[in-house]
Amino acid sequence: MEILRATQLFEGLGSFLRRCLFSVLSVGPFPRHIAFIMDGNRRFAKNQNLEQGSGHKAGYSALMNMLKYCYELEVKYITIYAFSIENFKRRPEEVESTMKLMLEKIEALVEEKSIVNRYGVRVYFIGNLSLLSEPVKLAAKRAMDATSGNSKAVLLICIAYTSTDEIMHAVEETCKEKKDGLRVDRTDENESNIGVMDIEKHMYMAVAPDPDIIIRTSGETRLSNFLLWQSASTLLYSPGVLWPEIGFRHLVKAIMEYQRNFAYLEKKQKLC
Amino acid sequence: MAFLSLHLNPSLSSSPLRIRCAPRRSLVIKLPSQVFSSATASGNDVMLNGTPPPPSHYADGNSAVLPPGLLRELMPRHVAIIMDGNRRWARMRGLPVGLGYEAGVRALRRTVELCCKWDVRVLTVFAFSSDNWFRPKVETDFLMGLLERGLRNELQRFVREDVRISLIGDSSKLLKPLQVLLADAMEITKNNSRLHLIIAVNYSGQSDMVQACQKLALKVKDGLIEPEDINEFSVERELETNCTDFPYPDLLIRTSGELRISNFLLWQLAYTELYFADSLWPDFGEDEFLEALCSFQKRQRRYGGRNS
Repeated sequence: MEILRATQLFEGLGSFLRRCLFSVLSVGPFPRHIAFIMDGNRRFAKNQNLEQGSGHKAGYSALMNMLKYCYELEVKYITIYAFSIENFKRRPEEVESTMKLMLEKIEALVEEKSIVNRYGVRVYFIGNLSLLSEPVKLAAKRAMDATSGNSKAVLLICIAYTSTDEIMHAVEETCKEKKDGLRVDRTDENESNIGVMDIEKHMYMAVAPDPDIIIRTSGETRLSNFLLWQSASTLLYSPGVLWPEIGFRHLVKAIMEYQRNFAYLEKKQKLC
Repeated sequence: MAFLSLHLNPSLSSSPLRIRCAPRRSLVIKLPSQVFSSATASGNDVMLNGTPPPPSHYADGNSAVLPPGLLRELMPRHVAIIMDGNRRWARMRGLPVGLGYEAGVRALRRTVELCCKWDVRVLTVFAFSSDNWFRPKVETDFLMGLLERGLRNELQRFVREDVRISLIGDSSKLLKPLQVLLADAMEITKNNSRLHLIIAVNYSGQSDMVQACQKLALKVKDGLIEPEDINEFSVERELETNCTDFPYPDLLIRTSGELRISNFLLWQLAYTELYFADSLWPDFGEDEFLEALCSFQKRQRRYGGRNS
């Protein structure tokens, strides 16, 4: 009982300190949308000599903490790269265990005491959901329906997603839409009535603004087919820490990097 | 005026990832770039043991001789570069912006020569973004003039060095003489095969995808394909980078420390290793390029799969 009280006290103190730091940081420009590529779970498990799958479980705890910190800092949109279409090529046992974990966690999302209800988060599942197994697909739909009334913040979970698949799907939808409306003036293709906005509105990610920061952990510096269209002006931040070890200080550093670059970006955008 | 650059192994822990290269063993004495009339005159480099580099440091026919630390089988086939920092370079020296761009052209020349020397097959450079038109007219006119002059001066050399030139971007907004020059350059060099230099002028990654979508929409309109037939390969085929067999860069280098893509190749960068260099583009030379390549060679590329 005393241990529980002490834990609650520490958690409360931690939350208070984070809010103090937030009021200092929010003097400067603040990101509205942060995206995470949660890399390094398997390496973490290997380093700690844990069994297969434990890395992803540790990664899930790290994710819950990061969501908590972001929502405390009032970052409205968070996107996570949960499962790429390319990941289906991994060993079947690994894919199956990841899907099982995802089903478990998606179902936990809609529980009353879950983080999404605590912070009023609306959940979207972004990707080619037809590639998922029926149970996962249904659980995702249930979670989206259950949280559709929330409006304080948004969590976008990219599952069975690659950016090229998303763009290709948007192109296909645009072509379908324009099939009958397209002018046949082929001498000057600039006269064609397809623009950036036409494609953008068909993107799965059209429900959120472009990310301000993409954080990829474990030191890898590549996008791995994540938000290619949306990341045209995004700050790309790649700390060396493995995803299960990410903490509040890494988030603060990312935001400070964003603020440091913001002045330069704004000046460049004014020239545009 | 000479300065020493001793390469150290930086900490991996908490700073934003830049360099993860093993320390280079050589102590390099670097002279100011004006001393080099061409990148092949890098015999000014002196190895730690005091002996000059062997004569085979120069590219010789078809065999690329790589500097120590680089493995041939791990060389990127396609390198893309965002050449950022020319204006900052000029401002830092109290020079007019035009001189910054001219220094940038010299850096590009050095890089093209290094790519030829080290057997990089494709080099794509972001010369002018479609977002840049809103800069002062004096500056955009100067840039277009610089591009024209640069191309005229270098064309014979490209022919001699077996370099192929391609342009990606919307050339219709460029002045007629430049359009004609670019078309001629592409025609004259189209059969060259040592290095494919792709210059992105008035280019944006999103516009590239939009024009690919327009082409596909016209094919749908003409009944050649159904919308359901559209797949990733159909989109890739219509992108402007279809001028090369290797449209996906293995390595993207952006200079001047900015950590973003700025609407350069977007689709094509899906699995590209990104390298953000702190140096400004006019200062980007052989050492900096080597560092980037070294970092690239240390990375594990998984493409969504798993290391064996």
